[in-house]
Amino acid sequence: MNFSLSAEPVRLVLFLCGIMAFVGLNAAYLVWVERKGAGRFQRRPGPTEVGYAGLLQPIADAAKLLSKQLLVPKGVDATLFRLAPLMVMAPALMSLAVVPFSETLAARNLNLGLLMIFALGSINVMAVMLGGWSSRNKYAIISAARVVSQNVAYEIPMLLVVTTVIMMTGTMNLHEIVGQQAGAFWNWNLFALKSNPMMPVTFLIFYICMLAETNRAPFDMAEAESELVAGAYTEYSGMGFGVFFMAEYANILLGCSLGTVLFLGGWHSPIGILPGVFWFLAKMYFLVFSVVWVRWTFPRTQFYGLLNLSWKLLIPVSLFTLILTSAMMKLF
Amino acid sequence: MKKAIKEVAGGLKSLAVGMRITLGQFFKPTVTVHYPRETLPIPPRFRGHIELVRDPNTGKPLCFSCKLCERACPSDCITVEGVKPEGSKKKTVSKYILDFTKCSLCGSCVEACRDGAIRFSREYNLAGLSKEDFIMDLFARLQEEAKRDGIIIERPVEGPATPVAAKPATAPAPTASPEGQPAPAPAASVAKPAPAAAPAGRVEAASPAVSADAARGGERALPAEGKPANDGAPKSAASVEPALCAERAQPGAAAEKVEVK
Repeated sequence: MNFSLSAEPVRLVLFLCGIMAFVGLNAAYLVWVERKGAGRFQRRPGPTEVGYAGLLQPIADAAKLLSKQLLVPKGVDATLFRLAPLMVMAPALMSLAVVPFSETLAARNLNLGLLMIFALGSINVMAVMLGGWSSRNKYAIISAARVVSQNVAYEIPMLLVVTTVIMMTGTMNLHEIVGQQAGAFWNWNLFALKSNPMMPVTFLIFYICMLAETNRAPFDMAEAESELVAGAYTEYSGMGFGVFFMAEYANILLGCSLGTVLFLGGWHSPIGILPGVFWFLAKMYFLVFSVVWVRWTFPRTQFYGLLNLSWKLLIPVSLFTLILTSAMMKLF
Repeated sequence: MKKAIKEVAGGLKSLAVGMRITLGQFFKPTVTVHYPRETLPIPPRFRGHIELVRDPNTGKPLCFSCKLCERACPSDCITVEGVKPEGSKKKTVSKYILDFTKCSLCGSCVEACRDGAIRFSREYNLAGLSKEDFIMDLFARLQEEAKRDGIIIERPVEGPATPVAAKPATAPAPTASPEGQPAPAPAASVAKPAPAAAPAGRVEAASPAVSADAARGGERALPAEGKPANDGAPKSAASVEPALCAERAQPGAAAEKVEVK
């Protein structure tokens, strides 16, 4: 080809489109998965009417949300009010740029990929807080306050367990972290008992924190609909709400991808053959399914229960695993 | 410390048990009924709105317009008219209007009917766009039902007037207020006229059936001659009830999901 375009920008634009399509499709169809899953867990069929097995339901939902008016209530901070949904969606999209879907499939192989994901992840919290704060609504403000205290509480154990993983792997490059887990499933970080005998516990803490960070049940204090209407999203209508809704699923996707990369060996096959992107997706969707599973199993926790869990249990345990890992690494 | 560890372990275990239970439910078949496509069996004693019963032999309506149901109704929702077709000794129903907007499904009419000519239908898909949708022509309903069985029932017309019918003397004064309309005067529902007067009072005065009805009023063996008709219903209830139960328990009401594709 004689195009004077260099390959790199083209590749990045393609990845941008790919990631946006991936996130959009997943956000739409994870809603379907969620509703079908909720149905199955409650012994009912879930959506069945629109398309085969309700498969066109997300499209119908999207059409409904898109056709609604975007209301900006009187007296709200209009700029922040409009900005908040974008700020909650953008970090999730950007973070996916460093996630290695397979050996060759990653938009950017940053050396500090993990750091970047967590740096962008904190914007997410701020965006939900801004949405609640700018709504000029009591429920939204209560919800915003909850979101901040919840996310501050869960960011700490999350970062502690991730630090444990970084100590073991010695890199923040996600590609390299996956690379070190090559081979069968006992090489995964989840089973790296030699450097940290408490690794499954570490993964459990990571998983719980991931649920809390994405504001998923049983930690969905941000939109506790039985007490706070729709929490921080109360005043949002149409696609403003729709973007928040999509961002929730985009964040779940990101959290599950991260869990797959850090603990479940990324694109590596559990039996050591045929590594590839499908293994990554299979593991990620298993985690996504477990998120749905958890949501429809456990009731919402009380708020002090949620904070107690973090401060009194998760932080001490994750600190302990951190110290244990460093001791093991020093001794052996 | 020991207690705390125990608590955490216990909590984790209960979480795992919960997850296992929900996953177990996940793979079990669904228990819901897909309503428009599937329906549950209707219990045999289900009380829908009333319907006319057809003679199992001839397919014609059993009702011969004795108007007992009309009088038994506490809220005046039934309007019956009958004619005597040519060459027939018995009258037959020609018009049976149920104003379902007022019906409370008390069943007094079904209890009052001594011939089992009306019964509760099993119709529950009742939705309409206007109030008028619920003023039901039960005779037309019966015609349609018969049509499905391949029987065409004509709406009977009055035969040549009998000599008796020509006598205007038996038709008493209450005809002044035509109460056959969907919204009768409130007084009529409180205190009904005596049997002899009732039929004449409740149908349009202009109809030729009126005089015939009035003339026949005396001949009919009414349960409580001379008393207000309202008393008739409870009295006859005891004797009618067992027969009704037997009739309502229709065959084919198997306790399975009925698919209506």
